Amino acid sequence: MSFVSVRNVWQRYGDRSILERVSVSVDEGEFISIVGASGCGKSTFLRMLLAEERPYKGEISIDGGDTAVEPNRERGVVFQKYSVFPHMTVRDNLIAGESFEQPFGRLRGAARTEAAARADAMLERIGLNHVADQFPAALSGGMQQRLAIGQAMTARPRILLLDEPFGALDPGTRLQMHDFLMELRDETNMTVFMVTHDLQEGFKLGDRVLVFDKPRWDPDDPGLFGATITYDFDARNKGMPYQDILDQYPSLAGA
Amino acid sequence: MRLINHKPGRPGALLLAALPFVVLFVAYAVASDIRLTANPQDKLLPAPSTILDTAHRLFTEPDRRSKEILLWNDTFASLARLLGGVGISAALSLVLGLAIGLLPYARSLLSSFVAVISMVPPLALLPILFIVFGLGELSKVVLIVIGITPFMTRDLAQRVMEIPKEQIVKAQTLGASTSVIALRVALPQILPRLISNMRLSLGSAWLFLIAAEAVASNVGLGYRIFLVRRYLAMDVILTYVIWITLLAFVIDWALKTTSRRAFPWMEAGL
Repeated sequence: MSFVSVRNVWQRYGDRSILERVSVSVDEGEFISIVGASGCGKSTFLRMLLAEERPYKGEISIDGGDTAVEPNRERGVVFQKYSVFPHMTVRDNLIAGESFEQPFGRLRGAARTEAAARADAMLERIGLNHVADQFPAALSGGMQQRLAIGQAMTARPRILLLDEPFGALDPGTRLQMHDFLMELRDETNMTVFMVTHDLQEGFKLGDRVLVFDKPRWDPDDPGLFGATITYDFDARNKGMPYQDILDQYPSLAGA
Repeated sequence: MRLINHKPGRPGALLLAALPFVVLFVAYAVASDIRLTANPQDKLLPAPSTILDTAHRLFTEPDRRSKEILLWNDTFASLARLLGGVGISAALSLVLGLAIGLLPYARSLLSSFVAVISMVPPLALLPILFIVFGLGELSKVVLIVIGITPFMTRDLAQRVMEIPKEQIVKAQTLGASTSVIALRVALPQILPRLISNMRLSLGSAWLFLIAAEAVASNVGLGYRIFLVRRYLAMDVILTYVIWITLLAFVIDWALKTTSRRAFPWMEAGL
């Protein structure tokens, strides 16, 4: 049984079809890049994975669970911007990852000290320990996104959803963020879904690249049909297929 | 160079800031002098020196009958009403604003109601308030509350709705309940706005206070002004007006300073 399974999901806003017949199953630890033209429904798909929206039809389940009705701690998210809380210091933003599930959103006494220690360890890990007591507005775009990723990871989600996380960053910072994300992923073996506009980025980071597009098109009524997954590329081994087939079927080596 | 690109230096800016005050004072002094030369008994525009003497007397000399300094009594009575009214309004608008901004059910229930109530002219309700709440302190505080709460509520609700959706969703993915989102995400972000709302509504609050005191009261800054009006005691009225202006200015400054101290993250980005 696959870890995340999306079965025959449809989404529509009023008369407008956005997605139709979307089915995909993802194993634990896979990195899924989602690409497609603007307005093809890839962000809608991510919002449904996030449970910010419920599908019009179909099921989305994580580890065999039911389709969620609202966002919860199973899902971590990083948006292009506004992902961190501007009124909290960098350290408090990380502590929020643990304290927000408490009744008043605060940790006290020993629990707080421990959470602060873990936050400092995470700050070290994401390279922000020198700005721990500053507010996010004082940070550069790349630092804010690193903080947002760190914050999402602190809550230990089952899947991490990234909505064009590096879209607002300059190319140099973007490359650094790629390395950072790959390291973090190697350490945690997190299942990741990333929506991106950048094809190169999608293929570089992803194990699989899902392409959303409309297979059916009615020229008189563009809203009639929705988009679906039209390609599901295997992007491992630099996109060349069957590079590890001998590992899977050693008997082929002798042939 | 274009006019929009001319900027005054620091001494020039200070001088320009002082200029309107100086012009106002000189204009008053000249007008007062002209009238007093024509008629030394004129009461309409007392000389600045007369106002200064009156002010000194009002601030220091007790009333002959009650042995109390009336100006201070008036000040404390008025400030208690004003700050009470503004404080209650702030608390009410905070709770309502958070509810309307965060909860779709509260929004459906209350947002049109608050919008309509904010259109009711509060001073027109004054007679009703006096009948319902009596002539004591309560009716004056209620007038201020009715006058400024709807506007503050609408603005705070709007501000809560302007908090990026991403933040609210993010808080949910961190496991925050509705109350945690209200207390730890929305509330801290609208507190600065609450203070700026209080600063803005203090003007109307003073207006409502003085109106209520003028109609029915036995102590208060507005009461005193409308009492001595009968004797054409312009020196007393002007002293009170300047004193009220000063109080309003100090309260405004204190709120501004509080806001700057309490919310460093607001300016961290600048």
